[in-house]
Amino acid sequence: MSVRRLSPHQPASFEFSPATLKAAKVWMANFPHGKQQSAVVPCLWLVQKQEGWISEPAIRAVAELLGMPVIRVLEVATFYTMFMLEPVGTHALVQVCGTTPCQTRGSEALMAVCKRRIGAQNHKSADGKFYWQEVECLGACSNAPMAAINDYYYEDLTPETFEALLDDFAAGKTPKPGSAIGRQGSAPEGGPLTLTDKKLYDGSLGKKIKIPNLPPKATKTKAPA
Amino acid sequence: MVGILADKDRIFLNLYGVHDWKLEGAKARGAWNGTADIVAQTPEWICDQIKASGLRGRGGAGFATGLKWTFMPKQESERPHYLLVNADESEPGACKDRDILRNDPHLLIEGCVIACRAMRSHRAYIYIRGEYVHERERLLAAIKQAYDAKLLGKGSVLGYDVDVGVQHGGGAYICGDETALMESFEGKKGQPRLKPPFPAGAGIYGCPTTVNNVETIAVVGTILRRGAEWFSGFGTEKSTGTKLFAGSGHLNKPCVVEDAVGISVKQLIEDHFGGVRGGWGNLKAVIPGGISVRMIPADQCDEAVMTYEDLASRGSGLGTGTMIVFDKDADLVKAIARAAYFYKHESCGQCTPCREGTGWMWRVMERMVTGEAEMSEIDLLLDVASQVEGHTICGLGDAAAWPIQGLFRHFRHEVEDRINTYRARKGSYAGATIAAE
Ligand SMILES: Cc1cc2nc3c(=O)[nH]c(=O)nc-3n(C[C@H](O)[C@H](O)[C@H](O)COP(=O)(O)O)c2cc1C
Ligand code: SF4
Ligand code: FES
Repeated sequence: MSVRRLSPHQPASFEFSPATLKAAKVWMANFPHGKQQSAVVPCLWLVQKQEGWISEPAIRAVAELLGMPVIRVLEVATFYTMFMLEPVGTHALVQVCGTTPCQTRGSEALMAVCKRRIGAQNHKSADGKFYWQEVECLGACSNAPMAAINDYYYEDLTPETFEALLDDFAAGKTPKPGSAIGRQGSAPEGGPLTLTDKKLYDGSLGKKIKIPNLPPKATKTKAPA
Repeated sequence: MVGILADKDRIFLNLYGVHDWKLEGAKARGAWNGTADIVAQTPEWICDQIKASGLRGRGGAGFATGLKWTFMPKQESERPHYLLVNADESEPGACKDRDILRNDPHLLIEGCVIACRAMRSHRAYIYIRGEYVHERERLLAAIKQAYDAKLLGKGSVLGYDVDVGVQHGGGAYICGDETALMESFEGKKGQPRLKPPFPAGAGIYGCPTTVNNVETIAVVGTILRRGAEWFSGFGTEKSTGTKLFAGSGHLNKPCVVEDAVGISVKQLIEDHFGGVRGGWGNLKAVIPGGISVRMIPADQCDEAVMTYEDLASRGSGLGTGTMIVFDKDADLVKAIARAAYFYKHESCGQCTPCREGTGWMWRVMERMVTGEAEMSEIDLLLDVASQVEGHTICGLGDAAAWPIQGLFRHFRHEVEDRINTYRARKGSYAGATIAAE
């Protein structure tokens, strides 16, 4: 379990931006009538996109929007480690995956870079631009070691390529996510060894087919809609 | 041929995202082909075909998919039926569903429609882990394409109406457990529910619900198109079909790949993953199914095959089919200590054995890494692990115990050596510095 508390330094108020509110309403409409509470995680995430973190007034505003008791939203915000409970860097939130598959391929060296350049984890850098933390498996283990920076994944990193990325973020740029060694997704380095048969891609698989094993008197009646 | 599966028998033809992931591209690769004819059949026919194919859930537990679908009520009442697709993918080592979500989303969406028909449901949700931002964007775009083409929604051209939506997760491993997934779906903390009631009786919003893994659902369209016997023709009687495998750790070319179930561990590593760093002789151990299964040592890896039964007979498991490989330079004690930290971090805290046990096991493991533990603590640790295993609400407790048990089953001598070395170095042993409270 991770014990997480709200920041002792809270803003006086929170205001949804029109864009956040619009996106939040889309999520609310995604669930059956009366079940808007289901939208609490995406709504908190939208707030985090807007503000960089989740403040106490924001929790109240989300509770009001969704018609939920404040305590329930507070529970959710503190349960899910994706939610940042204090202000993060202005340029980059760096989340280095430290779980075993990434550890075996060098995540500790990436975290050493963070310590040297940014400082201790879960703190902002001196210039306020960066904030870093070690996180658990991000589900990209075949491209280890990796880090999520802001919203996207940067993969197959070395301390050198990672530093170059941080330089770019520091300069206000947004480098292209994905493999630092030019791999195509999760294909093996050097290119795929499978899926090379051209016939798979000539459109022939899209031609009309007969479904096998249909019952002798196929139920011609349409299924109830 | 690389591996044991020919290209013509692969299901995920855009695994690496080389080709068009959108509707037109997916259709040209066979997705949505014959779907109307499939959903025109009875739910019983679909379930029977999936049973005959031998498909087992790809989320880790390996439960027979066709059978699971028949647990849903035979009549839809005022409580709608739900299909909830588990795209939480947080098992360390697992990164296979991600490639379906971002590169072949239409196979998943089509699978939702077919699975819904099989369970008399008209509503599917795909719960995707929050950190998969790019994957969620792709999935939402693909769903929109399917709606625009009237493959989804009211008045579907397929003749059976299904709505597919997305739910946004919060990045907690525990939410991969099916009942925690449902709690999280409803906008609560992701703490597993006690069973019964089982999801097929009362799942999300108290309605009949079936939870399936992304890969499980994404393969059903192709299975029905090509026939149950095509799929069951691969693998063994109990472990059929093709499957996505992922490799991570000390490999020359870690990657994700589709091959037939029943491929040997050695061939998977050598053909697809570029071999072990330093050669096959440099292999130390493999965790074959995601970090939650027990490891197998190198000497068994010559014979081991990727099936449920073979890996179970070695005290391990196929799990998610996503392997972590360690070479002779690996510090296995440290690797498992890091896994122990993972479980401590991800425990939801509901059950005492798991909440306290995962933290305790992690702290002891950290002292085993340096060697400053007491020799007697090895048996104590194994005893605690066995007390956590099987005594908790959900499978996270078991999952936390197994990697530790696997380490000591095969590499106990390494920990003992380390403790001895530490003492020898210290001269007189002053006792552990971190209390094992
Ligand atoms: C702690 C824990 C985490 C899990 N994580 C996942 C996951 O990320 N994805 C998944 O599909 N199943 C996961 N499962 C398994 C699910 O509970 C469930 O068995 C599975 O989604 C069912 O789908 P299937 O029958 O298609 O495999 C997890 C189970 C536990 C106990
Ligand atoms: S076993 Fe652990 S994760 Fe599962 S319900 Fe109990 S405390 Fe929560
Ligand atoms: S362990 Fe780092 S992405 Fe899985």
